[in-house]
Amino acid sequence: MTVLEATSVTKRFGGLVAVNDVSLTVSEGEVVGLIGPNGAGKTTFFNCLTGMETPTSGRVTFRGTPLRGRPDLILKAGVARTFQNIRLFPNMTAVENVIVGRHARTSAGVLSAIGRGPRYRREERESEEVARDLLAFVGLGHVRNELAKSLPYGDQRRLEIARALATEPGLLLLDEPTAGMNPNETAAAVSLVKKIQGRGIAVVLIEHDMRFVFGLCDRVAVLVQGEKLLEGTPAEVQSDERVIAAYLGKPPEDAGPKEKKK
Amino acid sequence: MSRDLSPKSLLGVAGAVATAVACFLPWSLYAGFPGKMLNTGFPGGARMYVLLLALAAGAVLLLDPPGRVRGLRAASVWALVISLLTALLIGYAGGGLGNVAAGAWIAVAGSAALTASAYLLDASSDRDRRVWSLPDADWRMPAEIVITLAMAGLALYVFVVGLGIPTSNVASGPDHTFRDAISLNDVTNGSEFLAFLFGIIGLFLVAGRIGLTASLGAITQRRRPALVTGATLAAIAFPFTQDGSPYALRIAASIGVFAAAAVGLNVVVGLAGLLDLGYIAFFGVGAYFAAIYSGSTTSPIHVHLPFFLVIVLGALVAAVFGFVLGAPTLRLRGDYLAIVTLGFGEIFRISVNNLDGQSGPSLTNGPNGISNIPDLGLPGGFSFGDNHHLFGVPLPFQANYFFLEIVLVAAVMVAFLRLSDSRIGRAWVAIREDELAAAATGINTTRLKLLAFGLGATLAGAAGTVDAHVVKVAAPDSFTFIESTLLLAAVILGGMGTVPGALLGASVVYLLPEQLRFLHDLRLLVFGLVLILMMRLRPEGLVPSKRRQREFRERDDKSGALDPPPGAHA
Repeated sequence: MTVLEATSVTKRFGGLVAVNDVSLTVSEGEVVGLIGPNGAGKTTFFNCLTGMETPTSGRVTFRGTPLRGRPDLILKAGVARTFQNIRLFPNMTAVENVIVGRHARTSAGVLSAIGRGPRYRREERESEEVARDLLAFVGLGHVRNELAKSLPYGDQRRLEIARALATEPGLLLLDEPTAGMNPNETAAAVSLVKKIQGRGIAVVLIEHDMRFVFGLCDRVAVLVQGEKLLEGTPAEVQSDERVIAAYLGKPPEDAGPKEKKK
Repeated sequence: MSRDLSPKSLLGVAGAVATAVACFLPWSLYAGFPGKMLNTGFPGGARMYVLLLALAAGAVLLLDPPGRVRGLRAASVWALVISLLTALLIGYAGGGLGNVAAGAWIAVAGSAALTASAYLLDASSDRDRRVWSLPDADWRMPAEIVITLAMAGLALYVFVVGLGIPTSNVASGPDHTFRDAISLNDVTNGSEFLAFLFGIIGLFLVAGRIGLTASLGAITQRRRPALVTGATLAAIAFPFTQDGSPYALRIAASIGVFAAAAVGLNVVVGLAGLLDLGYIAFFGVGAYFAAIYSGSTTSPIHVHLPFFLVIVLGALVAAVFGFVLGAPTLRLRGDYLAIVTLGFGEIFRISVNNLDGQSGPSLTNGPNGISNIPDLGLPGGFSFGDNHHLFGVPLPFQANYFFLEIVLVAAVMVAFLRLSDSRIGRAWVAIREDELAAAATGINTTRLKLLAFGLGATLAGAAGTVDAHVVKVAAPDSFTFIESTLLLAAVILGGMGTVPGALLGASVVYLLPEQLRFLHDLRLLVFGLVLILMMRLRPEGLVPSKRRQREFRERDDKSGALDPPPGAHA
């Protein structure tokens, strides 16, 4: 079943076409990689999906309902994301960061917060439990009460994922989840994404670490200069010469293919 | 640990002893100096604060707590400042330094020795500040409760003393202009208050540097019910300390209104991080609403609504103004929002100045304002305008309004505390931290910012309706830009995002200019200097929230922990 269906998404900034007629379909529980050289429009495409930018044209549906409008509405519909340059709430603790992620799934207003009835207390307790479980799930149970900004880089990335998971998404968009990570942390990220997939959440991830992408994704889409070059299984994408050309430039006519592939 | 008996330390001990003893000797041969400086055996006037600082210095020297030398420096410097200032003023007031008695000189010499010792000792040998806690025994809980209650009592005592120190008779004298601004006579009159102020600052710094403040803070935090009880009791006890005098009660009631408004502003600034420079306008809306609809003879609308209805409706009207102003402007950020709110504050003031029936509809009586707001009454015949006797203590009618203030402040505090630790409060903090990330986490940022703005306006409106009844008049002059600034200063000074901070900040910001009247026009200059000093010494505010404390003190904490022991990262 289809979770996300983006059809002919185009985003123009004045004369610059950042995303040009890109379509992408993601099925339930699938992990899809989005690769491409710097400036290819990958993050802008994510922004169009999550309401941070309004697409100039095109259509995005989530489980059949069209997505349009504000980020918080799109999140509520079930699309959560992380950011390339981590955006946590730096002066809140790890557990508070995750509890904020429950905002869209809870309903207490001003009056019930002041009144503190049984329903309010139950909701708070549930939020705390969910947050605790999710911190354990991403492996941050031991730093629950640390300030987000004092966590090491890799932990901050995982905390951002925990916060996104707290919103109960059907689709999670990860923008360079392993950027700046050492090999150990990257290996942990692989198993984390698999665990997320195991929860029945579809994942789209932007990544430059090719081993990470090809080892993890069911399908990979390649974006070059705002346009989708091709889409296919990791094996197909890996062996396609256009992808290599996009990353490394066209080889001279007489030279053989470069040894980029692993 | 071995006790430090080096010559440098012994110099300090000797200085502390000399200073302390000197405080029981006469300081002045001239009888006109405030603070009973002639008598022997009792440390009156400025001597009390020098004595406290000397004792604190001696205790710090001998008990060797963490932060010993830095604590000692704070105590000794302020003791020296007070004793030297007092000695010189006695000399001036008496007409020559011959009027300064030996006691004062001994105190100056003693505290100078103390200061010398403090700066000769090496501050880098100080151990890091730490938080003490009581041993884990059966008596720990009762002891902590007693400590918490004692803190509330101490706060009341300091408040009563600070408010009770006579500074001058300027308030009832003729208006001063800048030309006859300030004479040393005035400073002499105010010397006891200055000694009090410097003494408090000194003691506060000592307590902070040796970790006492943090330890007591931790204890009072753990004993929330005791803290609430103690604070309530202290507040209720206050009118009984005044011996029937209305002066301090009137000030205290105004502080209450001011504090309630400051807590409301804390929602907007402290939690949601929206800089509102026109907050007093919402307060003014509430005040004018109460003034117009409470049966004042000068009100153009002759409707007398019951008080409870006035509070609710006044708050709601202010809320409407908040939403109307907020809806279009809250997409602005930071500086821009500040400018718009500042403009709104001015528009409000100019509007009420002109709604006098000539340049606009007749609503506010223009610059004259609406006066003669009648006293409140309760069903059952109780009038807030009556004096009472309770437990043999005369309570002037101002005490009634003061008790009403306690209820108002308590209500506003509960609302704030519960909100700040809730789904809504966390969303506000998230917006303050990173608005884009907050939106991506499912928070409707526009709506929540509007909510913070509207709620702040509601609380200000409620406080305003009460204020109109306390001061009995609503006039445009009370709602100027400086009032907004002072409220903001109270919030920031006290500590953003905390309730005790807002209360303390409101007290300081309101009391200080009041008690500095002896400085005439210079008082605002001095007040400003004090604010700058406080922000320099304690940027996170007097009672910071844990979050802000960590934000500001991060570097201090790290400096100790930056170098891990060798081998920690193998």
